[in-house]
Amino acid sequence: MSEAAEIIFDHVTKRYAGREAAALDDLTLEIPAGTFCILVGPSGGGKTTALKMINRLIPFDSGEIRIDGRSIDALPAVELRRGIGYVIQQIGLFPHMTVGENIGTVPRLLGWPKQKIRARTVELLELVGLEASDARRYPSQLSGGQRQRVGLARALAADPPVLLMDEPFGALDPITRLRLQTELRRLHREVEKTIIFVTHDVDEAITLGDRIAILRQGGVLAQYDTPDAILGHPADDFVKEFVGEDRALRRLALRTLADVPLQPGPGSGARLPAHTSLRNAVSQMLETNDEDVVVVDDAGNELGVFRLRDAGAAL
Amino acid sequence: MQGDHTFCPDWVRQHWGDTLGPALVQHIELTAIAIAIGFALSFTLALLAHRFRWLEQPIGVISAVIYTIPSIALFLLLVPFTGITRTTVEIALVGYTLVILVPNFVAGLRSAPADVLEAARGMGLTGRQIFMRVELPLAVPAIVGGLRIAVVSTITIATIAAFLLPQGLGYPIFLALKDPTPFKTEIYSAGALAVALALVCDALLVGLRRALIPWARQT
Repeated sequence: MSEAAEIIFDHVTKRYAGREAAALDDLTLEIPAGTFCILVGPSGGGKTTALKMINRLIPFDSGEIRIDGRSIDALPAVELRRGIGYVIQQIGLFPHMTVGENIGTVPRLLGWPKQKIRARTVELLELVGLEASDARRYPSQLSGGQRQRVGLARALAADPPVLLMDEPFGALDPITRLRLQTELRRLHREVEKTIIFVTHDVDEAITLGDRIAILRQGGVLAQYDTPDAILGHPADDFVKEFVGEDRALRRLALRTLADVPLQPGPGSGARLPAHTSLRNAVSQMLETNDEDVVVVDDAGNELGVFRLRDAGAAL
Repeated sequence: MQGDHTFCPDWVRQHWGDTLGPALVQHIELTAIAIAIGFALSFTLALLAHRFRWLEQPIGVISAVIYTIPSIALFLLLVPFTGITRTTVEIALVGYTLVILVPNFVAGLRSAPADVLEAARGMGLTGRQIFMRVELPLAVPAIVGGLRIAVVSTITIATIAAFLLPQGLGYPIFLALKDPTPFKTEIYSAGALAVALALVCDALLVGLRRALIPWARQT
């Protein structure tokens, strides 16, 4: 169960009765196992529809969705869902159950022994940054950020190979949101999962995703690629406009000084550690009006020099 | 006894065994039977209305119509069918509980938020599991809330049953009122017992509520 799974949309189409535009128009998407895949786009693009098709909350008209080569229609819907983690924006914790009982929901459905559920709950609380003692609290006693941590723990409880997240951080304040984004990224490195993540926020998509699928009105796939490729080579004007005019700066943010060839010294600018993003390095040079920055390793040894005029070539 | 203008504790002591005590027991019986049957019936109707939404309106209309009939009239209306019996009284009392309990139960069963239901479905709970583990527990506050109102109002309405049947705390009041110079101690003490019974029952239900829903208590 714990291995990540590959997800394939194979010419999936969905139309709602009485509406001219399709909700999802012939979507074909291959999501390799272990990918953090973002579905992004304006409303009406069908991103949430596509997500909810994977756990069969929304049926489709034609095509097929396969998880690890197996059609999602091959087993009963409730069984399919117990093997897929599901996190929604409104979280939907059970208010009458403690945090521990919430997290243990799917393991109980699967008939795990009590001892195993308890141990797993403690493990998950730690994984999402909560205390073991929080298991006894009720959702009404938690903050919004804590609740979504519980929501995430609940989705991960039975160690599903696939995690579906529908704008999970959309209702949180910017600081909590940033913290949870960072932790989700870390979590994705620690636990092997295929994550499908819906958002309408391009920044969130670029920060989190290994791959981004941009859907436009009428459920048409506009582009499916890595964040870097989408910023560097937007497929059309729609994508260009959607990702914004500051594409080059956003791309700089995706790389660090360690990723680019450095020039031999000496340099005259500030000393920056190698894990600094190119965007921050450029910002530094603009701020202090320097031609370059000196790149140093953790021990403070000079690795070389990164010059402002090489920034364009680094992309 | 010192006239009929003041309360006479001696009378209460002397007549506890032959009048007030038995009347209190009968009153509790009348109420308990009405609430038990009313609860079972209302719960069944609420389940039907929850399952089949189109049933909600007809069920609501029928119980509302029953409620508009004055209690004495309802007792008398039933006499041709069930005679001057406890059954007549219980049918009327049960009828009044329905109008309170059914809407409360239906609202309770509907009170689960949409996001909670979606999460439940998305995690792979079956329809039956969603009902048993989510909708029903979340309905408990509304169910107990409805019971509190129903119990108190049934205790009150049951005193009126004395016009039909020589039972319950209403009967001593009824007898005293028939007297051209009513003996007030009898009226006061029986009335006070009815009020006390209502208060005790309500307190018990508040305790039940606290025991059943720890999650709503702590914030």
